[in-house]
Amino acid sequence: MITKRIIPCLDVRNGRVVKGVNFEGLADVSSPVALAEFYSSCGADELVFYDITASAEGRSLFADILTETAKKVFIPLTVGGGINTVADFDRVLKCGADKVSVNSGAIRNPSLIDEAAKRYGSQCVVLSADVKRVDGVFRVYAKGGRENTGMEAIEWIRSGVERGAGEIVLNSIDTDGVKGGFDLEMLRAVCDVVSVPVIASGGAGKIEDFITLFQTLPKVDAGLAASIFHFGEVAIADLKREMKRNNIPVRL
Amino acid sequence: MTAIVDYGVGNLFSLQCSFGAIGEDAVVTGDPAVIRSADRVILPGVGAFADAAQKLKDTGLGDVVKAVAAAGTPVMGICLGMQLLFEKSYEFGVWDGLGLIAGDVRPIADVIPAALKIPQIGWNALQFKQDSPLFKYIHDGDFVYFVHSYYAANCADAVIADCEYGAPLTAAVQQGNVFGCQFHPEKSGDVGLAILRAFCELGVGA
Repeated sequence: MITKRIIPCLDVRNGRVVKGVNFEGLADVSSPVALAEFYSSCGADELVFYDITASAEGRSLFADILTETAKKVFIPLTVGGGINTVADFDRVLKCGADKVSVNSGAIRNPSLIDEAAKRYGSQCVVLSADVKRVDGVFRVYAKGGRENTGMEAIEWIRSGVERGAGEIVLNSIDTDGVKGGFDLEMLRAVCDVVSVPVIASGGAGKIEDFITLFQTLPKVDAGLAASIFHFGEVAIADLKREMKRNNIPVRL
Repeated sequence: MTAIVDYGVGNLFSLQCSFGAIGEDAVVTGDPAVIRSADRVILPGVGAFADAAQKLKDTGLGDVVKAVAAAGTPVMGICLGMQLLFEKSYEFGVWDGLGLIAGDVRPIADVIPAALKIPQIGWNALQFKQDSPLFKYIHDGDFVYFVHSYYAANCADAVIADCEYGAPLTAAVQQGNVFGCQFHPEKSGDVGLAILRAFCELGVGA
């Protein structure tokens, strides 16, 4: 039986892991390669690296970190941040990424999804969406959650899957950093319209939040979080044992 | 030395790194002479069957793999590389494979319940069906990482492990010195590395 995945996310800037609270006020956490090895040894099912570097220098540092990680960590690695062209896909895949996550780049140019899926296969293309309620409507935000695109989120995600996205990361801006649990209402709305794996992001504060997520929404495939793992508030091994105790299929 | 066959399909960096992690010398090569002289051969692959089969034909490397397999060199296909070992595939048409193992490749949609997602993406447990030297260091029920929409069918004699995804799907095959893994050992953590280590103990250079 296929298991539910637990995915730590590492935001990387200038070679270090950082995590924002509601995307503001970033704080330095640790070394990305060391953290990736640690998470892999603790039972993480997959890793996500987001490159939030703006400079060319930082970008080349990020490539070095990816390469170093690929030599030491043998679980799937998704890379996102600054992916605007098929050449960007190529750049990170060559360094050892297995999947590439698109967000603002796909909002600017939706055909990036089609082109990448055609060249690398849908299994390689992850559509990541930052979504927030505005007057009761789910809206897509760009630029790391700072800019309301005005697009309706559920239709955007549905069209992204139609274009070839093989997985969805749904990050609720409303619950991100709040640690009050995943955004079940928003996730349900996405699960209802897509048939590809959906990864829940934003809001996990404790083990029970993951249990509630998988028990309430069996169509969600994975839970993603950052700071609660980085700051040791939730240990992945404890989380997975608790999932098993609750009869949620899990790799132990 | 293990040769990883480079015929222009997919990215082989992680795969090469996984051999490095178990201390095995692996080269990524499209040179027939290097593949012929290797102690064992890996046939990788991601993407579409037809495209990969055509590239194996155009480069002549399909014939090289067939020749080393016939000479007794251990060969392992991974993911699409495993599917290419079979006689044919029904992925968007009907295409010939290398025919090293009897059987064909069919959509998993044919056999799994409609409610399940396609592709199968994620970690699933191996269910051993036959003994194999590949399993020397792992256990029945160990988890490995899958990404696939097609599966090897009509090959019961060769199946050494399957996985349950609404139906039993072929996870690993062996016919003599020819092996195949539908999952990605290079992305399956310690279990995957243990499978590669067992494979590297086969062949003259072991």
